Amino acid sequence: MKKIKITFEFPPNSIKQPLTYRLIKDFDLMLNILSADVSLNRTGRLTMDMQGEEDMLEAALDWVKKQGISFKIFEKEVIWNEDKCIHCGACTAVCPSGALSLDNETWKLTFDREKCLICELCIQTCPLGVMGLNGDNASLDT
Amino acid sequence: MSKTISEINEKIKEGKAVVVTAEEVIDLVERDGYKKTAETVDVVTTGTFGPMCSSGMFVNFGHSKPPIKMTKVTLNDVPAYAGLAAVDAYIGATELSLKRGMEYGGAHVIEDFIAGKDILLQAESYGTDCYPRKEITTKVNKDNVNQIFLFNPRNCYQNYAAATNSTNKTIYTYMGTLLPNYGNVTYSTSGELSPLLNDPEFRTIGIGTRLFLGGGVGYVAWEGTQHNPDQAKSENGLPVAGAGTLSLIGDIRGMSTEFIRAGVFQKYGITLYVGVGIPIPILDEEMLAKTAIKNKDIYTRIVDKSGKVDLDILVNYEELRSGQISLFGKKVSTAPLTSLYKSRIIAEKLKGWILNGSFLLTEKVCDLPAHNKVNTLEVRG
Repeated sequence: MKKIKITFEFPPNSIKQPLTYRLIKDFDLMLNILSADVSLNRTGRLTMDMQGEEDMLEAALDWVKKQGISFKIFEKEVIWNEDKCIHCGACTAVCPSGALSLDNETWKLTFDREKCLICELCIQTCPLGVMGLNGDNASLDT
Repeated sequence: MSKTISEINEKIKEGKAVVVTAEEVIDLVERDGYKKTAETVDVVTTGTFGPMCSSGMFVNFGHSKPPIKMTKVTLNDVPAYAGLAAVDAYIGATELSLKRGMEYGGAHVIEDFIAGKDILLQAESYGTDCYPRKEITTKVNKDNVNQIFLFNPRNCYQNYAAATNSTNKTIYTYMGTLLPNYGNVTYSTSGELSPLLNDPEFRTIGIGTRLFLGGGVGYVAWEGTQHNPDQAKSENGLPVAGAGTLSLIGDIRGMSTEFIRAGVFQKYGITLYVGVGIPIPILDEEMLAKTAIKNKDIYTRIVDKSGKVDLDILVNYEELRSGQISLFGKKVSTAPLTSLYKSRIIAEKLKGWILNGSFLLTEKVCDLPAHNKVNTLEVRG
């Protein structure tokens, strides 16, 4: 089993296939949609975790390409240097997915990597410089 | 029943004082009422750990042989002000590195001194008969210099306006990154734990008050700059935006990088996160009532940091801390810049010092001004 985080970009009005249905049904993938911005006459974006057998993932991405959908696999991940963190919460002001949040009992920062969209806003925003990128998570070619 | 500070100090010395934090006192009052709690509790401790730009450090380097009257000084390539006697200098937290710009600055130099690191000192002079040396390059640290102390002109703001952004572009401010179209709201106080919100009329806090500063012991040196006790207040007498401030002083050698940290606000500049905790002696029921304020009773204004729109919105800290408020009918996420986690640790630490008898309370030497006019800077030809 392999898991990747991926963003699909749909050209306006060119999608004829129910994408998520086909990915699940034909390629036996488990999908977790993290963010979706799809509307008529505009380029749509869909970010999700996809998990499945490695050959199925490859086949699925081949099929996706043939549908004229481009995609980007996240090869990096955001890392949090917790030891140096002061738990101020400045990063939570810009995190679009709620991956970074403050626990309202302890007021400590929590980082839910599953929800992270790797937008990198927290990296620039953190006053203490404790958020960074780790690039060793390379996966399938795009 | 009332108590004096010296009576409370006697109890501290005997190990009999009852000390609670400004959060714990709220539960005690709910359980036992004001009267009984005022009799039981001797001291309430407060805490805050937030970005406080108006901070800096004095250092005396000691004299070299032959000696120099330093006129231009840099510490790790960050300029320090040396228009003082021969080997005295002041480095401000927001000063930028000559070589690294906004990546490193005065606040980082202060943090590195506290961490015990060697700091590159470079100084120039015009040379005098009594100070013939014209330049010096050496390394200094907190143990080989003479006096080294924080002297912060303005810390510990009593409340602070929350920030948002009305424009359609992201703006980068000392209140953090503010997203377009009222995309978020940031705020910066520790609310019910905040020192000056627990003694709103400065009844016990004044010049000379001993306190927790950066992990060590410090004192109130003066009213802080822009001290504004006449700020608008809500019905409960608490200010609804930045009001009273304190100028604080304390020895660098007692401090820890756990409670003093350099920070960089993207595209804005450098600041110093300062940890401050102030003990409030519970002299009587009235004083206790002040320390029992809750987040939901403390209101603050929301200000448009782009300066485009005059907002007239008040919000309380219970709402801000919920992570979301409603602004113009839209749900907007809220985020603190003050570390509530560290603020709590500071109040707990100060409590520990008092309980173990190592920290005694002080009588203020002089009151902070109860009224003050804050001037604006007019451009005059």
